[in-house]
Amino acid sequence: MAKKSTTIALTASAVIAAFTTGVALAQAARDYIYIVGSSTVYPFSTVVAERFGRGSDFKTPKVESTGSGGGLKLFCDGVGVGYPDIANSSRAIKQSEIDACAGNGVSEIVEVKIGYDGIVVANAAGGIDMDLSRRVIFLALAKEVPGGAEGTLVANPYSTWRDVDPSLPNQKIEVLGPPPTSGTRDAFVELAMEGGCSTIPWIKALKSSDENRYKGVCHTIREDGAFIEAGENDNLIVQKLESNPNAFGIFAFSFLDQNGDKVKGAPVDGVTPTFESIADGSYPVSRPLYFYVKKAHVDVIPGLRQFLREFTSERAWGEEGYLSDRGLIPMPEDERSDVAGAVRDLTPISGAR
Amino acid sequence: MKGAEARKETRRKVEQSLGRRRRKELSFRILGVGATALGVTFLLVFFASLIAQGASAFMQTYVSLDVEFSREHLVPDGEPDLQFGDFDALVRGALRAQFPDVTGRSERRELARLVSVGAAYQLRDALADKPELLGTRLAVFLPASSEVDMLFKGKIDRSLPEEQRRISDLQLEWTDRLVAEGRLERRFNRALFTNGDSREPELAGIRGALMGSFYMLLATILISFPIGTAAAVYLEEFAPRNRWSDLVEVNINNLAAVPSIVFGLLGLAVFINWAAIPRSSPLVGGLVLSLLTLPVIIIASRAAIKAVPPSIREAALGLGASKMQVVSHHVLPLALPGMLTGAIIGMSRALGESAPLLMIGMVAFIVDIPAGFTDPATALPVQIYLWADSPERAFAERTSAAIIVLLGFLLAMNLAAVIMRKRVERQW
Repeated sequence: MAKKSTTIALTASAVIAAFTTGVALAQAARDYIYIVGSSTVYPFSTVVAERFGRGSDFKTPKVESTGSGGGLKLFCDGVGVGYPDIANSSRAIKQSEIDACAGNGVSEIVEVKIGYDGIVVANAAGGIDMDLSRRVIFLALAKEVPGGAEGTLVANPYSTWRDVDPSLPNQKIEVLGPPPTSGTRDAFVELAMEGGCSTIPWIKALKSSDENRYKGVCHTIREDGAFIEAGENDNLIVQKLESNPNAFGIFAFSFLDQNGDKVKGAPVDGVTPTFESIADGSYPVSRPLYFYVKKAHVDVIPGLRQFLREFTSERAWGEEGYLSDRGLIPMPEDERSDVAGAVRDLTPISGAR
Repeated sequence: MKGAEARKETRRKVEQSLGRRRRKELSFRILGVGATALGVTFLLVFFASLIAQGASAFMQTYVSLDVEFSREHLVPDGEPDLQFGDFDALVRGALRAQFPDVTGRSERRELARLVSVGAAYQLRDALADKPELLGTRLAVFLPASSEVDMLFKGKIDRSLPEEQRRISDLQLEWTDRLVAEGRLERRFNRALFTNGDSREPELAGIRGALMGSFYMLLATILISFPIGTAAAVYLEEFAPRNRWSDLVEVNINNLAAVPSIVFGLLGLAVFINWAAIPRSSPLVGGLVLSLLTLPVIIIASRAAIKAVPPSIREAALGLGASKMQVVSHHVLPLALPGMLTGAIIGMSRALGESAPLLMIGMVAFIVDIPAGFTDPATALPVQIYLWADSPERAFAERTSAAIIVLLGFLLAMNLAAVIMRKRVERQW
């Protein structure tokens, strides 16, 4: 019996040794592409990854959903098989991130703009129709709004949509939206809130005189219960809207596209969010989506060059490509060919922007 | 006489209080039954809604089409070519033959969307299996697209105006014609169990996640069971009782209650950043989950060792056995069933964990089925999380189906623990 326990100990150490050799082998090379980043780009990136894996001899890329900021951080950690090849992002890379990359030896980054995504303000299909404007959105959701006299701010006093604009129905303001960690929230604040905020002349003037105050006024969402943080899961917001016809929700266009029978998007500045209105730029709350490629990894990681070609091919991101079926709004044709050209030549973004 | 008085008095008092005491017991019993009933109701509602949501995902709609494996599409330059053969064209051709009246370009595109993009891969695999199919015509069942599947399962309301559904009026009409001809059939959804993840709901399966969970749990048990039992044996049988051993004991009990995400952060810092174990691998997942299950195994093993009567140890010592022999010949074999039960309970906790896996990169889209400890992998709870977050409608039912499978595994593991305990339990 004593022998038995020695055997157990020996097996255990053998197992651990086997693990360690396995690790050493796996670290020496990586034969699949490693992608991280935005949860908004994730549904598009994964579709391309899957098609690429099925249609070629290469392995299917691994796509991790980490959020834009988290993804770029991992991406910028270094060059080598342990680090991602591509970072998806629902916003352009920041100068601070480029600097962080450069500090870790990631000097040549290729930016690939893949298309547009709309952010919609929607309610249940059976709910009332409401014409919104960015100004109304700002006044309804900001923490502080302009008071009586010019240049003064008061805590947001509006509790119903009619308080904001007499032409709107007398219904309580109740908006479900993403938390501050989400890229959708960043874009919504920047495009819708700031867009509405800058229609007020004296606040707009602040932009050049006191930019911090301008941002503080325009970007801060009220915390008194009218805006409800509903988590990162857009499906959950759609479900909540279904059960509460008085509430509005903020989420990505692709979820409206898939759930047209349950929810409807409210027109903003007179434009209803549709595939066409986002593509031609008339719907105001839309943003470009990107991914970033580490040039040093191209031709080192097998299939990376071919993956870039698949992503920037007409059958993927074109007008009738398979990404448009998933709700990605394509760029105009000449812009597509520009980006595709830059990707072919692997033109890195310049150090300073 | 005085004694009799006192007895009478006591009896009177008891009789007086009897009613009150019985009422108290009754109301406690009612409360208890109520609490149990409430718990069972919640459980039943949970199961019922899961099964109502997820049962349909175990079936998938298939379209029967006559596919011609035409040389024109499959032999681009002299040789039959599996990689560059245009298998999509075969599917399109079969659909056109079925609906010869559809002519417009955009209408044909719409028509092609009735069938899953996976159909072409299925035809490719069929030809790879049987090269003699080339040039022949064959009736095959191809997976329908998820929209047709949802319609056929009654999950799309056809009375809504066209722009509010995911399926157009034309597609509705074609589907009805297919139904009338008996070409649409619901079959067991094998893909759910044989495929890895996919962004096409009709092709998505849990095999990759299952294998990921399997390798991860294997690594967990290989690491945590030997370490856990060794620690338990040492602490129970050999360690001196002093302040240090008390401190260790308190800490182990504490660790069992630490939120699991903390172990994920630790795993990221130590195993990935410092020890350079590949991210997203079942190995790193297993290491993190070992940290999580170790305290559970140690506590259960110590209880099992404690339950071995001291008389057995004393008898063995009395016959001249050494301490080591007492432990390995008598205590361990007798405590093993209890230790194994503890290990299984620890494993079933590990199977249901997703929070620590977030930190170590296992929340990822991985199509290829992992074949070892260092391949990138996900786990079942993570797959559920990813599907719940997908915009495509058909993923809702698949999410519930994956939850049903996960619950099935948990049930099986816990049942195994109970059975093992019952079978090898000993009365002293």
